[in-house]
Amino acid sequence: MENYQENWESVIGLEIHAQLATQSKIFSGASTAYGAEPNTQACAVDLGLPGVLPVLNEQAVSFAVKFGLAIDAEIAPYSVFARKNYFYPDLPKGYQISQFELPIVGNGHLDIDVDGETKRIGITRAHLEEDAGKSLHESFHGMSGIDLNRAGTPLLEIVSEPELRSAKEAVAYMRKMHELVRYLGICDGNMQEGSFRCDANVSVRPKGQQEFGTRAEIKNINSFKFVEKAINHEIERQIELIESGGKVVQETRLYDANKDETRSMRSKEEANDYRYFPDPDLLPVEITEIFKAQIKAQLPELPAAKKQRFTEQYGLDCESAGILTSSRQLSDYFESLVKESLCEAKLCANWITGDLLASLNKTDLDIADSPVSYQRLAGLLIRINDQTISGKIAKQVFELMWQSNSTADEIIDEKGLKQITDTGAIEAIIDRIIAENPGQVEQYLSGKDKVFGFFVGQVMKEMQGKANPAEVNKMLKAKLK
Amino acid sequence: MVLTADDVKKIAYLARLGIDHQDIESYARDLSNMLDLMKQMGETDTGGVLPMAHPMDQIQRLRVDDVTETNNRDNFQKIAPLVEDGLYLVPKVIE
Repeated sequence: MENYQENWESVIGLEIHAQLATQSKIFSGASTAYGAEPNTQACAVDLGLPGVLPVLNEQAVSFAVKFGLAIDAEIAPYSVFARKNYFYPDLPKGYQISQFELPIVGNGHLDIDVDGETKRIGITRAHLEEDAGKSLHESFHGMSGIDLNRAGTPLLEIVSEPELRSAKEAVAYMRKMHELVRYLGICDGNMQEGSFRCDANVSVRPKGQQEFGTRAEIKNINSFKFVEKAINHEIERQIELIESGGKVVQETRLYDANKDETRSMRSKEEANDYRYFPDPDLLPVEITEIFKAQIKAQLPELPAAKKQRFTEQYGLDCESAGILTSSRQLSDYFESLVKESLCEAKLCANWITGDLLASLNKTDLDIADSPVSYQRLAGLLIRINDQTISGKIAKQVFELMWQSNSTADEIIDEKGLKQITDTGAIEAIIDRIIAENPGQVEQYLSGKDKVFGFFVGQVMKEMQGKANPAEVNKMLKAKLK
Repeated sequence: MVLTADDVKKIAYLARLGIDHQDIESYARDLSNMLDLMKQMGETDTGGVLPMAHPMDQIQRLRVDDVTETNNRDNFQKIAPLVEDGLYLVPKVIE
């Protein structure tokens, strides 16, 4: 791979499909709730029965405009829906209502951070369209089963410029976009349920060449891990192909996560010619300045601005600020914790990015479902701050808080974890440890500084971690002179 | 522009239309004539004219985002040729 990268450059563009978090579908009043019994949320409009007419959902339009404003894009004052014609059973009308020539969101951009550098990625456009249904191919005696609950769910397709130069950049872009749509509250971002997925256009060219190589499109990638693997695999495949004298053909490929490879979708679909034309069932959509202004007023503080503020207001480093602003809930948790505990922001940030996030990850929970609320965590931090407990003991208390509903104070009392500040008691133990380990004392005195750690460890062990480590250090140093 | 028999077959396939072999020639002629008309229209100077997206000079009305439909699956599935476990069954499609 390293050898490849010397001579070749990859060019990647992503098309992200974000399912908009509306209650009802884009053109009908059927529910968009996930997981319902098959076809119980597919009404006459979604089924494409004769005589029905689509009526556009205002919320879907608002969400698209909100997104456009957040990426600093041009919002089309006038946009048009078009029919994209193709035949597949999960698309009962024989066409998908989408946008072609006049999409609702035009040129915008998103900044990504890769290896400590910020790169601006252009966004060509974002348009509204309806999702298709689902085909199930198993266990129907040679037939396919069709569930049209998802048909008509509003999607925002976000198309980037081909400005991504590595799988890593593509992942960073996808993550940033994921973060943004969730901040805006326009998409729940649930990738398992397919609410956020992407297609990747990948090509390679010799370094220094201006023209793009022939691209292949990898369809329907629904995880950050897969997007990186799929793109890297595709880059390698294309380079190997060209270096062995072959040619890349323009085609659609599917990523197979089990085999870690992409393979060609060899089907008649390839011959598709979508024959877009304006949908006569829908009138042009007008976005007025007033409508735009109303939506602008609802925009929350966006991740980039919030990250900047966190570094300035709280003195956090870029990395912590980045983690804490990766979701709105997480940044709210942090700010509430600082307010509630009145502790130093850095202490709050460390506990969230350390123990709290680690525990959430381990149990696969979201911050919104954290068993330890910011109020309870604040109670713990207050006890670290007033030196009732050491940081080490605090970790134990945190674990117990995770498993119960008790407050930090209750646990500290119950388990007798209060830090021992009685220097007499600490001194007695230090004297004993020194007396019991003459060999180590000798080693230390002969210049083996490392042995010092042994003494600290022994004292802390004797005191079950309840002594202040700084205090123990100071006293030991004095005693071992 | 003159369409060939193959062009006509391709267009028919894209639209999933079954056409009789003997009609292909006349379709090719009619469609070619239409394209010629398009070409002629294309020569008109339309600079400064906004493309018309819809014959009605109106703006799309928007719907409030409320769920107004209830589950009507049983009725819809009565008219479907084949259903099973709530799914519509169709001849197998493989990706």
